[in-house]
Amino acid sequence: MTFASILIQLLNGLAAASSLFLVSAGLSLIFGVTRIVNFAHGSLYMLGLYAAYSLIELLGRTPLGFWSAVVLASIAVGLVGAAIEVVVLRRIYRAPELFQLLATFAVVLVIKDAALFAWGAEDLVGPRAPGLGEAVQIMGKRIPVYDLLLIAAGPLVLGIMWLLLARTRWGALVRAATQDREMVGALGVDQAKLFTSVFFVGALLAGLGGALQIPREPANLDLDLSVIADAFVVTVVGGLGSLGGAFLAAILIGVAKAFCIGIGTVHVFGFEIIFSKLVMVVEFVIMGVVLVLRPYGLLGKKPALQRAIGDILPPLTSPRWQVAVAWIVLFLLIPLFADRYVVVLMTDIACFALFAASLHFIMGPAGMVSFGHAAYFGLGAYAAALLFKRAGLPMEAALLLAPFCAGLFALVYGWFCVRLSGVYLAMLTLAFAQISWSVVFQWDALTGGSNGLVGIWPSAWLAGKSAYYYMTLALCGAGIALLWRVLFSPFGYALRAGRDSPLRAEAIGIDLRSFQWAAFALVGGLAGLAGAVFAFSKGSISPSAVSIAQSTDGLVMVLLGGVETLTGPVVGAAIFTWLRDEVARRTEFWRAVLGLTILAIVLLFPQGLVGGLKALANRWREARA
Amino acid sequence: MNAVLQVEGLHKAFGGVQAVADVSFAVSAGELLALIGPNGAGKSTCFNMLNGQLAPDAGVVRLDGKDIVGLTPRAIWRRGVGRTFQITATFASLSVRENVQMALYSHAGKLRSLLQRFGASFGVEADALLDQVGMLDQADRICGVLAYGDLKRVELAMALANRPRLLLMDEPTAGMAPKERVALMALTARLARAQKIAVLFTEHDMDVVFGQADRIIVLDRGRLIAGGIPEDVRTNPDVRAVYLGGTH
Repeated sequence: MTFASILIQLLNGLAAASSLFLVSAGLSLIFGVTRIVNFAHGSLYMLGLYAAYSLIELLGRTPLGFWSAVVLASIAVGLVGAAIEVVVLRRIYRAPELFQLLATFAVVLVIKDAALFAWGAEDLVGPRAPGLGEAVQIMGKRIPVYDLLLIAAGPLVLGIMWLLLARTRWGALVRAATQDREMVGALGVDQAKLFTSVFFVGALLAGLGGALQIPREPANLDLDLSVIADAFVVTVVGGLGSLGGAFLAAILIGVAKAFCIGIGTVHVFGFEIIFSKLVMVVEFVIMGVVLVLRPYGLLGKKPALQRAIGDILPPLTSPRWQVAVAWIVLFLLIPLFADRYVVVLMTDIACFALFAASLHFIMGPAGMVSFGHAAYFGLGAYAAALLFKRAGLPMEAALLLAPFCAGLFALVYGWFCVRLSGVYLAMLTLAFAQISWSVVFQWDALTGGSNGLVGIWPSAWLAGKSAYYYMTLALCGAGIALLWRVLFSPFGYALRAGRDSPLRAEAIGIDLRSFQWAAFALVGGLAGLAGAVFAFSKGSISPSAVSIAQSTDGLVMVLLGGVETLTGPVVGAAIFTWLRDEVARRTEFWRAVLGLTILAIVLLFPQGLVGGLKALANRWREARA
Repeated sequence: MNAVLQVEGLHKAFGGVQAVADVSFAVSAGELLALIGPNGAGKSTCFNMLNGQLAPDAGVVRLDGKDIVGLTPRAIWRRGVGRTFQITATFASLSVRENVQMALYSHAGKLRSLLQRFGASFGVEADALLDQVGMLDQADRICGVLAYGDLKRVELAMALANRPRLLLMDEPTAGMAPKERVALMALTARLARAQKIAVLFTEHDMDVVFGQADRIIVLDRGRLIAGGIPEDVRTNPDVRAVYLGGTH
């Protein structure tokens, strides 16, 4: 590599880093003040791109038209952000933190379909920036002038934000709220106004980040989740709530990615290293290393003490066996009177119920939220498929070995994850899931790459849909029963104790980390079982089983049903799977319908469906008494 | 007199600030030793070096003659040290009885079972401990809904669960009503004497300190400036100067 090409890669990286920084800065700002992890931030970026595209078409491809479009698009996205805060989030600040997360997921779904409706499914390629289309020669290489401008935009916005935060009353309030939200409230500051304004500014930054990219990347509907994953990584590497950290991290990651593309394939001692394939993984590797070395990010500080711990989680009650037996009998009878379609749907539901129950175990009672639970589901599915197709094992053996493979991965990933807690832990789980996804996606020779693997059919005795349904019911039911049983065991209680008070757990001799690690492996294995059963039921497997979307589906199932009850996740999985299936058959815009349904549930039942129904039942009983 | 806890030449500096300098003392079985001093004297630093949360720069901490410096809080608990915290730390979603049972299960090394039902063992033992601290009538309530003074009692019961040789109590009565404070420390003193437990506690309430402690040591700016039975400490001119100001 020559010096000139190194310089080019560096400039490329810095140009990409600017937009990454803008999105991350907004995310970080919002999290700092409101403690909301805004999953919809990537969607706001995507909206910025689309809005800029349309506004440029409207205002004309002149310098004035282009720049007015960028500014107007950012402001419009800022207003969308403020609207989200006012309409949705303001009503649920008192709800558990995870519920706010669910609400922002729902917003992601709604925005995706709104964009699909307004702009269609085709990628939209924006114009070059008028007047800045040409390139300058730097050391014999051509660099677009627009890229140089983008490189300047990052530090410029950082400077403006710094001035805003350091020199204005609003900035002082934001800094104060980031440090101690309750104290700011106690001092009589109108929190509603502050939060709305923070959402406006945060969303505006995301919109600006998107709008500025219009000459460099086409607007498309997959940007929301890919950008939010990038932005999470940047904020976590930089340190939550630290603007300077986000800037540093954006540059680090932007440049690292650019170099991976630039280096291409290198031969070292006879080995062929394809750096360009690392581009999807490199940021997550950086994040993993940073979090292990500096658990609160490069410039982050240990999170401030939060006095308001929120509601005490109610004790878990085990479902009554009479009720359980009634349900089991019903499930067993289904193939006798229902058609093939319902049996297939019920098979799906059983798989996802185990997936959701395993996620619930780790995020509810064990207190470790996972944003990347699809890793274990997907790796279990791929393990089953590979053992069957590549290793030539019988289907039964592949199915039963796959959970142990997934559990093994959970053991490795978990070793890192249990060293962290809270949002940082959640982000690291996401990182591992993304690494798994990109390996699966790119290793064509083994996994079939983006096409996945086909021809993964069960043995003859399970070939019938009803037979396979009964097997699914038995395996997934056993998995769920095991999870519930363990929750009431000394091991499960120790996990709950550790969630309630790590300090006290340590002070009575509980080695919390080793318990959490074991829990990680257990739920990883069971999620893997769900994935393996799922793979054989479909006959094929694709990388989407390991994707962020699969992970968020799991979170939605758990949160929809309610984290605080055992049956909640199972009910949530059933409703989610059924609803998705039902709505998807009727309309192209099933995501929006699903998102709006979730929002309605969030606003009406802040404890989840099952929790909400239980509360209603209690109230009814009290009224009668 | 055989000391349960023996501290010799404890040192700790943060940057250039000498937080604890050359502190030595001992506590014997059944004895209540109060560690007092004005804010910033180094009491908490001292405490955290004894319970394993902070590593001392120099010095020896012996429990029953064995050095415990460098051990984790977990390991120190296993050697027979119970703790209560300045801000209570209990398991809010578990019942009072389950909180105590948790400590008993841990002591017996029986938390790793996956299929038994938690709560099937140690019920009688837990109730006995709760009876000692006067919390048996609330055994089935969730810790998260208890009054603060009651939480302190639950903590005491948990701290006693591993039959400790030594109790470390960081401001055991902080946040309690004055009447409750004396009652809690009187209870602690009674249990400690009956079970031959050494107790080291820090405290701001002088009624509690002078009423319940067998001996008092006074820390000021990281150094021990006085020590002895309450009457001697009360009349010590150095102590009066530290607390009341003035010269001597």
